[in-house]
Parts: sequence; C-alpha cells; structure tokens
Amino acid sequence: MSVTPQQAHQSGAAGAAIFAGSDSRKYNYFEPKARKASHYEDMTVDVQPDPERYLLQDWIISFPDGTPTYSKTWTKALSSNWHQFRAVDQEWERTHYQRQSTICGMVQSVIENSRKSGAPKRFDKAWVKVLQDHLGAYKHAEFGLGTSLMQAQRYGYTQMVNNAILTNSSYKLRFSQDLTLYLAEIGLDLEGFDHNAGKKHWLEDPIWQGTRKAVEAIMGSTDFLEQYFAINLVFEPLVGELFRSGFIMQMAASQGDFATPSVVGAAEADYERNLANTVELIHMLTHDKEHGVHNKGLFNGWMAHHGALAHEAAANLQPIWSLPRVKVSSFAEAQSLSKNRIDAICAQVGLKAP
Amino acid sequence: MSETLTLNKIVNQKGISTAEAANRVSDLGWTPSYVQEAMTFPTDYKISKVPRDPMKQVLRSYFPMQEEKDNRVYGALDAALRGDMFRNVEPRWVEWMKLFLAIIPFPEISAARSMAMVGRLAPGEELRTGFTMQMVDEFRHSTIQMNLKKWYMENYIDPAGFDITEAAFGKCYATTIGRQFAEGFLTGDAITAANIYLTVVAETAFTNTLFVAMPSEAARNGDYALPTVFLSVQSDESRHIGNGHSMLMAMIHDPSNHQLLERDLKYAFWQNHAIVDAAIGTFIEYGTTNRDKNKESYAELWHRWIYEDYYRTYMLPLEKYGIKIHHDDVAEAWDRIVKKNYVHKTAQFFTVGWSFNFWRIEAQTEKDFEWFEHKYPGWYAEFGDFWKWHAKLSVPGEKNIAFNGDVGYVYPHRCWSCMVPCLIREDFCCDEVDGKMYTYCSEGCRWTHKVAFAAEYEGRATPAMGRFSGRREWEECYHGWDHADAMVDLGFVRSDGKTLVPQPHLRFEQKDMWTLDHIRGNTLGSPLRGFRALKAGTERDAAIAEYRKGFKINPCN
Ligand SMILES: [Fe+2]
Ligand SMILES: [Fe+2]
Ligand SMILES: [Zn+2]
Repeated sequence: MSVTPQQAHQSGAAGAAIFAGSDSRKYNYFEPKARKASHYEDMTVDVQPDPERYLLQDWIISFPDGTPTYSKTWTKALSSNWHQFRAVDQEWERTHYQRQSTICGMVQSVIENSRKSGAPKRFDKAWVKVLQDHLGAYKHAEFGLGTSLMQAQRYGYTQMVNNAILTNSSYKLRFSQDLTLYLAEIGLDLEGFDHNAGKKHWLEDPIWQGTRKAVEAIMGSTDFLEQYFAINLVFEPLVGELFRSGFIMQMAASQGDFATPSVVGAAEADYERNLANTVELIHMLTHDKEHGVHNKGLFNGWMAHHGALAHEAAANLQPIWSLPRVKVSSFAEAQSLSKNRIDAICAQVGLKAP
Repeated sequence: MSETLTLNKIVNQKGISTAEAANRVSDLGWTPSYVQEAMTFPTDYKISKVPRDPMKQVLRSYFPMQEEKDNRVYGALDAALRGDMFRNVEPRWVEWMKLFLAIIPFPEISAARSMAMVGRLAPGEELRTGFTMQMVDEFRHSTIQMNLKKWYMENYIDPAGFDITEAAFGKCYATTIGRQFAEGFLTGDAITAANIYLTVVAETAFTNTLFVAMPSEAARNGDYALPTVFLSVQSDESRHIGNGHSMLMAMIHDPSNHQLLERDLKYAFWQNHAIVDAAIGTFIEYGTTNRDKNKESYAELWHRWIYEDYYRTYMLPLEKYGIKIHHDDVAEAWDRIVKKNYVHKTAQFFTVGWSFNFWRIEAQTEKDFEWFEHKYPGWYAEFGDFWKWHAKLSVPGEKNIAFNGDVGYVYPHRCWSCMVPCLIREDFCCDEVDGKMYTYCSEGCRWTHKVAFAAEYEGRATPAMGRFSGRREWEECYHGWDHADAMVDLGFVRSDGKTLVPQPHLRFEQKDMWTLDHIRGNTLGSPLRGFRALKAGTERDAAIAEYRKGFKINPCN
C-alpha cells in the first residue's frame, strides 16, 4: 500500500508552513470601497450572488412567469452596477444586535425609572390624553412602515441593498413595539388610561387618516425601492420627524414629561442611520452615468406622488399642536423645519423637493 | 410620597407580562382600507384559520437575549485563539469547512428574505412578529457564519479556498448542490417555499444534522469554534420550527390544501434528503479523523433526528388531519443511506473531482477503513481500493484520478433536480419535460421536476408553483474545455498563478502541490449532452442498462 505514513501531528496554525497562497488571508473576490475592506463588507458583499457575480449556472429556479430568484425588474430604477452600494451604517449582525439591545435596555430603564419616581402621574392631564390618542395612533404608522420594509428586503439585487432594508425594518418594528409597550406600562400608573384609544384614532380620527393613507400607499407599492425611498426620503422628513421631533420632543418637557422624549429620541437616531443609507443608494442611482437621467425622472415622480400624500398627512396633523395645555412650539415652526429637512435631502440626491 | 408606596413596592414595580406585551404588540396591525397590499408572492394555498402563536415574545426581550448569545460566541472565539486551537485542529476537518461555509450563508440569508413572503400571508400579527424575529435571526446566521469563515481564513494554516469563498460558491461543481437548498426557500409558491420547504422540512427535520451533529464532529477534531457558532445558530431554530408549525396549522384544516401539502411535504423531504444527507453526511463521516467506534455514525444520527424526531414525532401525527404521508420515501431515503451507500458515494464523487474544487481532500487510511467497515459492513470491499488509489494518485505527476482509466471509476450523470450526481447507479432514471430529456438520481427527483414543479398537479391548476431553470448540469458549463483552462476560469488557482487551490492531500510543502501543468491536457465534457445524443430506443436503453450496472474499482497496486 502506498499511503504516506502518518507523520507527527501537523500544526494547523497560520504560518506553520509557507507555500503558494499560505498568506492569502483576505476575502479577495470583491473590490472594497476604501483601500481596505471593512468588516461589514467582508460579512456582506456577494453573499447574495447573481449571474453577474459568480453564478456560473444562472438562477436555478424561477417563478412561473420565468422571473428568476432575483430580478432587476423588481424596481423601475436602473443601475449600471447595483453591486457598488455599501450601507453607510456598516451593519452586520453583531453591531445590529448591540445597538438594538442597547436601545431596548435604555427604553426599559426610562420606563422603570420614571415609573419608580411616579413621573407619569405628574404628566399634564391634557398631555396624557395626547400620548394615549396620538402617540398611540402614531405607533401604527411605524409598524406599517416596518412591515413594508420587511417585504421590501426580499427584492433588492444585492445583499448590501437588502440587508440595509432589513435592518431598517428591524429598527422600525422595534420602535413600534417600544411605543406600544411604553404606553402600556406608563398606562398602568394612569387612571382611566385607554389602551385601545390609539388604534381607534389611527383607524377613524380624521387627524390620522392622511397619515394612514400615506402609509398604506407605501405598503401597497409593488416597487421595493419606491417603498424604501418613500419611507426615508419622503414620509420620514415630512410626517415622521415632524410628529416625533417637531411635536413630541418639542412639547413633552413643558407638559412635565421627561420620559417620552427618551423613548422617541431613539427613533431619531435610527432614522439618521437609515436616511444616510438611503441617501447613499439614491445618490448612486441619480448619479449613474448611464441611467441617472431615467432615475431622476422616476424618483421625482415618486417624490411628487408620496410628497403629496405626506403633505396632506402633515396638514391633517396640525390640530394636534393645539392640544397640549402649555404651547411651546407651533405647527408652522415644525413644518418649516421639516421643509428645510426635505429640501436638504433633495439637494443631496439631486431631486426636486415636493 | 404616598404612604402605600413602600420600598418593596418600588423595587418590585411590575411592568406588563410578556404574554400581555405580546398581545398588545399583536394589535399593531390593521387591514388597509385606502390602498390594498399587493399579493406579490402568490400561493396556491388557502390560509384561513388564525393560528395559535407558538411563542409569546417581543423584540425588547429578543434583542438583549440575542446580544447575550453573541457575546458568548465572540468570547469563545477569542478563547479558542488564546488556547492555540489551530495548533491542534485537524486540517482534514477544516478543509471541508471551506466547502460547508461556502454554501451555508446564502441559504441562511435566503431564509431571511423568505420571511417577506410568509410575513404578508401570516394570519394574525403574532405569527408575523415571529416571522420578523426569524428574519433578523437569519441575518444573524448569515453574517455570523461569514465571520467564522473569515476567522478560519485568518488563523488556519492554508487560507486558500476561504479567500475566494463567495465566488467559489457560485461556481464550484460541489457547491452547486447547495443551490436548490437556498433558492427553494424563496422562489415559487410562497407557502411551498417559505413554509413547507424551509420551515416544516429543512428547519424542523434537517437542521439538527447540520447544526447539532456537525458541531459534535467539529469538537472531536479540535475545532471549538464551529460548535460555538452553530449551537448558537441552532438555539434560534426552535422558534422557527414553531413559526412553521403554526403556519401549517393555519392551512391543514382546509381539505382543499391537502393535495398541495402532500406534494410539498414529499418534494421537500426528498430534496432535503438528497442534498443535506449528501453534504453533511460527507462532512461528518469523511471530514473527521475521529474513529471512535462508540460514536454514532451519520446513519445512526439520521435515524434519531430524521426518522424518530421528524418522521415519527412530527409527521405521523399529521395523518389525523387526513394528510397522506410519504412513508415510502422515508423508507427509501433510509435505504439509500444504509444499504445503497449514498454518503460514501458522495464522498467518493467529491474526491474523484478534487481537482475541480477549492479545498483539500486527503485519502482515508487504514484507521478510517476499520471504522467504516465496523459501522457499514461491506464498505471495504466497495470503497477500500478507491481510497488507496486516491492516496497513490495524490502525488503531482500522477495521472489525475478523474481521468485515470486504471481506477475504474465512471464519471456520473447529474441529477437535474437535486444537482447531486446520479450516484446510486441502479436508481438512475430519465424523462422528458417540455420535449427535453433529463437525467435524475432517483424516482423522487424525477417526480420533483416533472410532476411537482409544473403548472398543474394531479389535474389541479397550480399557477403559483415555481419552475426549474438555469444550467443545472454543472459539467455542461465547461463542456469541451481543457481542465486547466476551466480551473483558471473558476478562479481556483493560488496567488502564484499556477498552484491549484485544491490538493488531493494535506501536505503543506510547495513541492507536493499540484499546479495547472499537472492537470492540463484533459477535456471536460457534459454527460447529459452525450445522453441526449443517444437514439431513443435500443441505443438509449442500452446506455441506461449499462449505467445502472455500475462500475467496479480496480484493485490498487
Ligand atoms: Fe438559520
Ligand atoms: Fe432558521
Ligand atoms: Zn436527485
């Protein structure tokens, strides 16, 4: 028999032998964005393959109409290189769980500490009703956007696009639950707090119907990129931030409420990250040498369509500003900030503000 | 402060219970009235009944729990390095991880994507919350596995093969068998894909072999990293299995779903068997150096996880709903493993083709032979000489085993369904679909392509069902190519531009390594092209009969 006799145990450690390739210790199948690949890129790039990048045998299952497992036809936007996109927030699982978990801990200690000190009982009565009815209604908007993004993360052409949408979904759904449980728990300390009022307002109150319509328009879109675009570039600045920052964060302290801004503030930080990712992607598409013009036209259309819905939604919200007993900021001020915000976003990506 | 508020009460101030929290969260959804959600991923199933939520959980407990799990994983990886794990690890084992970890992150992320498909179909928000967590879990699994692979690449003696991993996944003749495993999760009928194939079968039945049996074998080979990562991954599976079962229960009461359920349980079981048992069976039986006769063989593990836990405990109870269970397929899969040597033939095939892939496969030795013969009586007579040939032909300059007529191996046809070759020769079959001839490893696979993946099933229209597509026979992609040119095209050449990434041994000295020059001069060919060229009738029948007879490995030396 010619089997080589077993030698002393060969160390399996790096550097134990030198031979061709023994120092090849980097993923070498993609072009890093910077000089050196980031850990995020190593975890993410090309994990979702496609026939342009390494699927020698093409997709091996299709939908009944012949559409393959992943298709560029799932958005009307065009790209000469979908693979170029990298998420600005560079999330992979570890950073995602660390961040989410930190927020969950923070929210829970806000709830615990404020309840321990009896804070909810000191909230202004009119403000409690605002939280119950309107923050209670708004949590459904966040949920609707979260589920839209859960749907959208199936459709992007690359892993980088889809993972950015996935983490965005995760943030939105967490926040909708944060709000739900925050209200449920401070409600324990507030006599007569109606836990079902929020949903009732969401479904029936004219103040919220514009918002619900705008959210449902996003949920109903069949273009995944339109969903991602409409959420972060249109709805968030014109409605989400308007309500969160322009109303809740501005008003709460003057109503004796120092707790709610901490809970809602987490969503503002989430949004900064998701906005940065979306701007990066949309900027890439509007500046595409081949398809930039087409994309700008398409996006301006989305901006106009969802912008109109968002403007209507924002206008409907106006009466909320007069509900708190102590009035420290006006709807007009909040709206002018939100106008500045969307102008800035549109300038960054090269689109017309609605 | 009120007199009733004692210190005790302050400290123990109760929030709402998890069950109550889950109830509140499940009230976040509503039925849209301004704009309807499009049914973007259709299904032929009817989903009517709101199921019981398998787990009462909310994200505020989920994220910290998962972060804690992560901390343990990353802590253990650091500890493994401090303990010099790689000095004692078995390279035979780590080499096979180049294949395994090339395949698995894509199925994982595919599972995340497929949650979009069931998420919208979920009856009731509690189940949708379950799918949300599963989506984030699968994102976790995919990236934590990419991290493990990078860690091996940075610390193991031979990083070549890890360095090209995702590119290799898309190209290799072996990773191709993982394709059906991933794309089946997210293409075609949403329920078939994301519920039955992914959750009810792949996760419920087969993740134990993947994520529990593999870690045990890893530890026996001095690899403490893989167990840490994969047991952590597996700890998420009970929630996924719960999600799948709830969804199944939302459909099973409607008899109009039964026909489709029977089709999909059968399809999913057979494909999972063909793919997972081929790959994981090989890793566990052939990637190990541990030959303890008291440990369970893959066949024994299969009997425990698949036969007892899945078939008897999970599937059989479905009969009371009027579902016909595919008993024969379970028996047949068992026979393929214990009587027809499915795993051994897969390992043999991978080894014959060592020079088309991107990791090292060393020969099995006398110590291995003894164990195989003990666990699978008759093994030595059929496979002993083959492994001696492999050892003998592992020296550069010998004629490559894939093209070496002295060995007696006959390169197999590919199965058009599972994409594993038709290794159990007597079960080889063929059929025409849409006017084209295809080859299959088994009747189950023939049925899968021709009957299950079609526009109609037993007379019932199935407009949502997927179709097979692509260049499913790997060999066809390099038909007529010189072996060396194909390897360059595949990218399976080391940084010096000539040494092959794969090697038929674990000798880490440059002089022992095969280069492009050693493999040049042989031409690759597509068995299917040859088969299709045969004249229908006697010519083809003779070829089939000949194939089914199999081959005999010639005695070595
Ligand atoms: Fe998973
Ligand atoms: Fe899973
Ligand atoms: Zn097959």
